[in-house]
Amino acid sequence: MAKRARFVVAAAVVTLLLVLPLLLPGPVPLHIMIMTFNFALLGVGWNIMGGYAGMFSFGQAAFFGIGAYASSWLLTAHGVNPWLGLLVGGVLAAVTAAAIGWPCSKLRGHYFAIASIAFAEIVRIHFNNWKLVGAAEGLTIPMAEPGLLNFQFHGSKAPYYYIALAFLAVGLMVSRWVATSRAGFYFRAIKESHELAMVLGISFVRYRMLATMLAAFLSAAAGTFYAQYILYLDPESVIILPISVQVVLVSMLGGAGTIFGPVVGAAILVPISEITRVELGHRGTGVDMMVYGALIWLISVYQPRGVWGFLSSLGRRKAPAPTAAPAPEARP
Amino acid sequence: MSVPFLDVRGVTKRFAGLVANDDVSFSVSEGEIVSIIGPNGAGKSTLFACITGFHAPSAGTVTWQGRDITGFKADRVCRLGIARTFQIVQVIGDMTVLENVMTGAFLHAPARTEARRRAEELLVTTGLIDKREFLGTALTIADKKRLEVAMALATRPRLLMLDESMAGLTPVELKQIISLLREVRKRGVTLVIVEHVMEAVMQLSDRVIVLNSGKKLTEGTPREVVADPRVVQAYLGERYRA
Repeated sequence: MAKRARFVVAAAVVTLLLVLPLLLPGPVPLHIMIMTFNFALLGVGWNIMGGYAGMFSFGQAAFFGIGAYASSWLLTAHGVNPWLGLLVGGVLAAVTAAAIGWPCSKLRGHYFAIASIAFAEIVRIHFNNWKLVGAAEGLTIPMAEPGLLNFQFHGSKAPYYYIALAFLAVGLMVSRWVATSRAGFYFRAIKESHELAMVLGISFVRYRMLATMLAAFLSAAAGTFYAQYILYLDPESVIILPISVQVVLVSMLGGAGTIFGPVVGAAILVPISEITRVELGHRGTGVDMMVYGALIWLISVYQPRGVWGFLSSLGRRKAPAPTAAPAPEARP
Repeated sequence: MSVPFLDVRGVTKRFAGLVANDDVSFSVSEGEIVSIIGPNGAGKSTLFACITGFHAPSAGTVTWQGRDITGFKADRVCRLGIARTFQIVQVIGDMTVLENVMTGAFLHAPARTEARRRAEELLVTTGLIDKREFLGTALTIADKKRLEVAMALATRPRLLMLDESMAGLTPVELKQIISLLREVRKRGVTLVIVEHVMEAVMQLSDRVIVLNSGKKLTEGTPREVVADPRVVQAYLGERYRA
């Protein structure tokens, strides 16, 4: 019964998402949906390392930027197809993540977060001064024949919508694999305690790096998508702290350590941030950021497990719960 | 002479001016239950940490089935067949009991279904099967300790080292864990336990090693050890004087 209901809901959501571009009036709502999917993908990536493995990175914008730059530079300088550029960017981001993850592999909690911010800032400043990739002026992607092969569409945003949706679907499949496989169990053990992980035979260095690399690859894919969608990028639009923070917020508010949490978080936060920016931002008073901040505050205070965590706990309450009440816990 | 199962030779551990273990030597044969006792600060947990890869000894060697494992990292020591539990019980709080044990079982069963099967088997052995869907945080201390043993066993150790698994248990819980450990030994797992609960030490141990101020004071059968006046003076107190 519960399984069947879930299937019906899932089928309805997928169908709705597939026909949505036909229903939405004008390009702005479609743009919001595309940005939502792209941030959801970033969140799904972050969630693998932050939500499951407990590594709170505030530097995912670096990998977003590396992905965006890798494909864009290969395209502008060497005419490499952006789909190939996407793979190169993903691998490059994963290799970079491994290179930085190795020395950071023993950092925990706050220290890891601080290191990740420092890393992303170094990457940003480097790209700002790196002549080869246009330094602060950035890169403009030349117009090409529109179509799937060239990853460029000029008339409607709908093709971008479907590509972003497909990317997100792939990201969710990766996340689901992680959640249900040995790696996912190991990530959660590492999140609980490095000592405990070790006595279960888990090399926490290796598995932390695996989590970081998966997250970096997905972030880079989102970066390439962003570059091909906006057709322009500079360091100050892709490798910036607000993007890194947004990625964390999307996952935390949606529900870290759950497969769909980041998607729910993105579906709430991205439209709010886009709408408040469009409706209130032009007055130059910062009201949009205040409203945005207040909403984040409300969710964190009233639903710290995240919206998805809350929703799934509602679902669980209906299922037969273990009846024996746990005895009050004694402290050693 | 045959190769000892576990051989600790001259292990010394210094922490900036403090000598926690001073030239400690002992060995364990396969199938034995060996207890390490001694007053607080005698160096029991440090010795545990030196054997299981949490500290590298300052001097001395640890040999496991003929192989020098001195200074190996803890995860590697585990993969070689030595499992341990912690003095302050550690389980994965936001996982269910079953998932906790599966995490251990994954070491030798990478496939999920096989890990799950082995984990369920161990939950039956440890008497936790009815609580398999409980979250780690929802367990009582006694159940957490049993779960920790189940997780350690899931890594299929040849040697299981328990750090005060019986502290703070009720008499009934104590009886249960003693019979569990006997069952574990019957299945071919050798046990080294650090324990303050003398009742359990007397019932379980084949041999007892006494540490005091970082040094090995003596070793022998439980009866020999409690009759030793040095042990009575250093650790047990007058209550145990024969």
